[in-house]
Amino acid sequence: MDADRGARLRRLRWHCRRALLELDLMFQRFWARVGDDLDADGEAGLERLVAMEDHDLWDLVSGRRETDDPQLRSIVERLRQA
Amino acid sequence: MNVTKRTFDAVIVGAGGAGLRAALQLSESGLKTAVITKVFPTRSHTVAAQGGVAASLGNSEEDHWHWHMYDTVKGSDWLGDQDAIEFMCRKANEVVIELEHYGMPFDRTDAGKIYQRPFGGHMSNFGEKPVRRSCAAADRTGHAMLHALYQRNVRANTQFFVEWMALDLIRDAEGEVLGVIALEMETGDIVAFQSKATIFATGGAGRIYHSSTNAFINTGDGLGMAARAGIPLEDMEFWQFHPTGVAGAGVLITEGVRGEGGILRNSAGERFMERYAPNAKDLASRDVVSRAMTTEINEGRGCGPNKDFVLLDITHLDPKVIMQRLPGIREISIQFAGTDPIKEPIPVVPTCHYQMGGIPTNYSGQVVAPRGSSMSVAVPGFYAAGECACASVHGANRLGTNSLLDLLVFGKSAGETAVEDVKKSTRAHKDLPQEAIERTLARLNRLDTQKDGADAHESRLAMQRTMQNHCGVFRFADKLKEGVSKILEVQQDVQRIAIKDKSKVFNTARIEALELENLIEVAVSTMISAEARKESRGAHVRDDAPDTPERPNGRDDTNWLKHTLWFKEGNRLDYKSVKLTPLTVPTIELKKRAY
Ligand SMILES: Cc1cc2nc3c(=O)[nH]c(=O)nc-3n(C[C@H](O)[C@H](O)[C@H](O)COP(=O)(O)OP(=O)(O)OC[C@H]3O[C@@H](n4cnc5c(N)ncnc54)[C@H](O)[C@@H]3O)c2cc1C
Repeated sequence: MDADRGARLRRLRWHCRRALLELDLMFQRFWARVGDDLDADGEAGLERLVAMEDHDLWDLVSGRRETDDPQLRSIVERLRQA
Repeated sequence: MNVTKRTFDAVIVGAGGAGLRAALQLSESGLKTAVITKVFPTRSHTVAAQGGVAASLGNSEEDHWHWHMYDTVKGSDWLGDQDAIEFMCRKANEVVIELEHYGMPFDRTDAGKIYQRPFGGHMSNFGEKPVRRSCAAADRTGHAMLHALYQRNVRANTQFFVEWMALDLIRDAEGEVLGVIALEMETGDIVAFQSKATIFATGGAGRIYHSSTNAFINTGDGLGMAARAGIPLEDMEFWQFHPTGVAGAGVLITEGVRGEGGILRNSAGERFMERYAPNAKDLASRDVVSRAMTTEINEGRGCGPNKDFVLLDITHLDPKVIMQRLPGIREISIQFAGTDPIKEPIPVVPTCHYQMGGIPTNYSGQVVAPRGSSMSVAVPGFYAAGECACASVHGANRLGTNSLLDLLVFGKSAGETAVEDVKKSTRAHKDLPQEAIERTLARLNRLDTQKDGADAHESRLAMQRTMQNHCGVFRFADKLKEGVSKILEVQQDVQRIAIKDKSKVFNTARIEALELENLIEVAVSTMISAEARKESRGAHVRDDAPDTPERPNGRDDTNWLKHTLWFKEGNRLDYKSVKLTPLTVPTIELKKRAY
């Protein structure tokens, strides 16, 4: 893995530090499963996901709210499966 | 080595409710103000607070700050300082209305006033009957509060340093605080922030326990930094536990679940709360339920292969009720306990929730420490507010919704005091002592060069297990003693942690190791303070200090009506008296704490 991508992923990992424990735990499992194997589309999806507000993010991840956006749907699905 | 220096009138570490409220005071007074934060401000842990913020506005029914004060003193089991408690309760209306003016979208009554909800421990007329005192913004109170405060700070030109981690306090030989040294995550650069006023608002340290409702960010950095700079930590033995955290995960299951008819059961399926609280049963107060659960587990009636949790059963409720009135609970249980609560009960354990102790301050937000013959002398240039501070308003036990209030009142007052102090001083900034900077650099260097060191993950787990098993809800003399030697062993490991990743940019391994160096200070101070306090009071309950007629609830006011101070150097303990004299009203006299 090139240094830039390594740095990008570490930055993303830090952005998975959240205000809600629920989300911390979901992301922790996700990284343990997926780790550095995250593909470019997953990375882009995750980038968008972590930019959301915590409560909105939890609503999405916990299935209280749905999204039509295929990229977000796919990353949320992977999070839930982890 | 030379590090870059940046100079401000004031530097605030932390951008949760307390930090943002303090920053506003400074920026709006025209001072050059920096806020340093590990995460984007509106991702601070304050976002998790849902229940509300207490203020005796009396919008729904008659209420008075003096009644609120009484509830807070009683809740604190008389360990709270009555001057600070009066100050907080009297200021509550002002800070809540101010927040409303900043744009906080509080729930409203039909008449357009702030709507108030009931909450455990809020009573009218000095403990007579429940009163509606909690102000909320739907179930997003903390989130709405942070947004309102953040917007206001942007308008006031507060300068934010986001994704920066403060590493150490800069304190000179005279004991004056001159700023902090911090790490920029994006570059790995180390920068000295020079300031005339330094305010800590770094939040709690709930991650010292294995089961915690706190997010991963709550690593007690402010406490670690203060302790390393020779400042004592106050009343660290007092931690509030929430009875129902999901076993193994910590995620909080709200009291509402028991309110809707949820029942706690042991391994025999017995509704054990009937034995401990025949009237209130599963709805007894948090500490009573937590202790009952712990007793069941300790006496071998826990569930699961290790018999280390009990069950919260809602399978008898109509699934429609679960879906409608307890939204989110089903998903939490499926995700974190692996059980669908409609079909199977949820495994739960008492879970660490809130830290009552912290960096000692007075009600003006100044950090205070012993000096000469006085136990509380202001440390020049240093202030603290919020969960990292101990004013002390929560004493041995916090009342729900008083924490968000604490952030607003003491964030503001720390800010006000700092403004006064900075404006009063005519002197230029003092030179930064090179030794203080070298000490931090040496700590970083040790971490980067450690050979055959300890593993951070394993050491963290060892710390959390030791705290959970030896210093949990219910405490035993022999377990505490053993806990002290165990936690000191873990501390030795932490001092020789090694990291594999030496990269500069967003090195999360390094950040987590540095956080662990702070957590361990909090853990050690907690264990040592708890072992020493030979009574039961509030959240600190010892098996060898039971409820007797001479010592109701095991509380020993003759010997223990005093605040603990733990010093890092030599793990020394000292004690200071509780301030029993309020500002204007008579003392709220000692009584047995009973509900
Ligand atoms: C699940 C849950 C629900 C709760 N509900 C309520 C409620 O309804 N009512 C109530 O009154 N209380 C509630 N509480 C308690 C309350 O939320 C907290 O006590 C309070 O939010 C703490 O605020 P704070 O400003 O002190 O710290 P935080 O909001 O935790 O903010 C700490 C800040 O410090 C920064 N920081 C920390 N260390 C460093 C460092 N080394 N360098 C740079 N920055 C740093 C962080 O980035 C963050 O910005 C709840 C707590 C939990 C866990």
